[in-house]
Amino acid sequence: MNFIFIPFKIIGNSLHKFIRELGNMTCFLARSVFWMFFYPYLIQRIIKQVYFIGVKSTSVVVLTGSFTGMVLALQTYYALAKFGAETSLGPVVALSLIRELGPVISALMVTGCAGSALTAEIGIMRITEQIDALDAMALNPYKYLIIPNLLAGIISLPLLNAIFVVVGIFGGYAVGVGLMSISGGTYFGGIKDFVTMKDIIEGFYKSLSFGILITWIGCYKGYFTGYGAAGVSKATTQAVVLSSVMILVWDYFMTSLLVA
Amino acid sequence: MIKVIDLYKSFNGRKVLQGINLEVEKGQILALIGGSGTGKSVILKLVIGLMKPDEGKILLDNQDISRLKGKSLKRLKERFGIVFQGGALFDSLTVFENVAFPLEEKTKMKASQIRNAVFHELARVGLTGEENKYPAQISGGMRKRVALARCLVMHPEIVLFDEPTTGLDPLTGKAVHNLIRACQKNLNFTAIIVTHEVPGIFSMVDRVAMLYDGKILAADTPEEIKGSKDPVIHQFIHAELEGPIVIK
Ligand SMILES: Nc1ncnc2c1ncn2[C@@H]1O[C@H](COP(=O)(O)OP(=O)(O)O)[C@@H](O)[C@H]1O
Ligand SMILES: [Mg+2]
Repeated sequence: MNFIFIPFKIIGNSLHKFIRELGNMTCFLARSVFWMFFYPYLIQRIIKQVYFIGVKSTSVVVLTGSFTGMVLALQTYYALAKFGAETSLGPVVALSLIRELGPVISALMVTGCAGSALTAEIGIMRITEQIDALDAMALNPYKYLIIPNLLAGIISLPLLNAIFVVVGIFGGYAVGVGLMSISGGTYFGGIKDFVTMKDIIEGFYKSLSFGILITWIGCYKGYFTGYGAAGVSKATTQAVVLSSVMILVWDYFMTSLLVA
Repeated sequence: MIKVIDLYKSFNGRKVLQGINLEVEKGQILALIGGSGTGKSVILKLVIGLMKPDEGKILLDNQDISRLKGKSLKRLKERFGIVFQGGALFDSLTVFENVAFPLEEKTKMKASQIRNAVFHELARVGLTGEENKYPAQISGGMRKRVALARCLVMHPEIVLFDEPTTGLDPLTGKAVHNLIRACQKNLNFTAIIVTHEVPGIFSMVDRVAMLYDGKILAADTPEEIKGSKDPVIHQFIHAELEGPIVIK
């Protein structure tokens, strides 16, 4: 009769594990936020991490931004031409980038570039006892490792998003005005007429939350990595997969919240 | 000075320490020996307050370390120095920056004073001229010496060494031992050395404790341990494959 219970056991166990992980992650974030308010404030380390997360991802964001804008313009032009509405190419491209593609794709790029590196770096510090060394010096590892990354994520993601969107709009311009037959005035005029501050702010909120999400998951997975090189590589994979999935899931909830 | 009483610690139901009793007098060196994975590193981490025991007491000058929290735990950690197994140097910092790190973060010393203190400490461990290299660029023996310098620069009262010579060739290992001994004579700190160097370590320590099966099997002078009739101790220090210790 025991085999009847096996599925329940598996479901129960994985659910239990999932909830526990969620609780641990929440405690981790809560602890980081708590220590954020206490001295010392390591401004230099924050700047260093902004460089690590932000500056190093810039080239990838520029590249993916321009191609996203270009392909978006191509596809949209094709679709709009069916309705004879080619002139609204500018606002459609801009709105898609500002509200959706900018925050999401730039966040995915940062996950690949910086999020994985973050997990690997903190994970290696864990397995080589560097985190214990900090702790043994009576220095708070959260202050030195976690909080600078969280703040750097909050600072750099909106900026990278802005770069992505601007480059994307110009990519769309290159295709729409250069290849197709839309005038530059129509393209930018439409953007000016239809894009509101609300759209920009919503995109900003999204990338802000993705900044927290990526660094939170990256730091957590690295901080609690398993043993040895295998542990770190597993943690890195998990961090990238979980971040990417969470970005898309959270994006849906955020959109439905903001649109409503 | 340090007194460990009936210490228990398990991980996920696996009992690692089962009633450890240990004592270290001020200014003495204790060698902690025992097989791999028996919990020697765990004992050090418990003593320095990086982990909490499940049960038992760790007294430092009659104050229970395992009950301390917040500020008092911080002050306690500042009395200790620890040299981790792999050195635990910060990869992203140079040798100089590694040794300067605790001074910069924990004291109000001026940059020039820090410079002097770091160079003094690097000279003590024989690493003058290596200060601009990164940990990845220096040898294992040098990394251990940098770790020792980083630890000693804060003038700890008690220093814990986790396998300071493991992974080094016999000559470098001996040099590290001599360095530890010389520093201890100079600075007069109390020390616990976790080591596999038996019987090589015996000449430089005051007492030896053998960890086996979650308990301290014996803690005595090196001579007594060397002459011990206990089959486990005899097998371990003579590295015999036949005997009560099962090699997994
Ligand atoms: N943080 C930890 N979590 C789970 N198990 C641990 C942890 N630290 C040590 N252990 C386990 O405790 C045992 C003793 O480890 P350790 O003290 O490192 O041995 P050694 O005597 O070689 O230094 C090992 O089996 C290890 O798996
Ligand atoms: Mg060990």
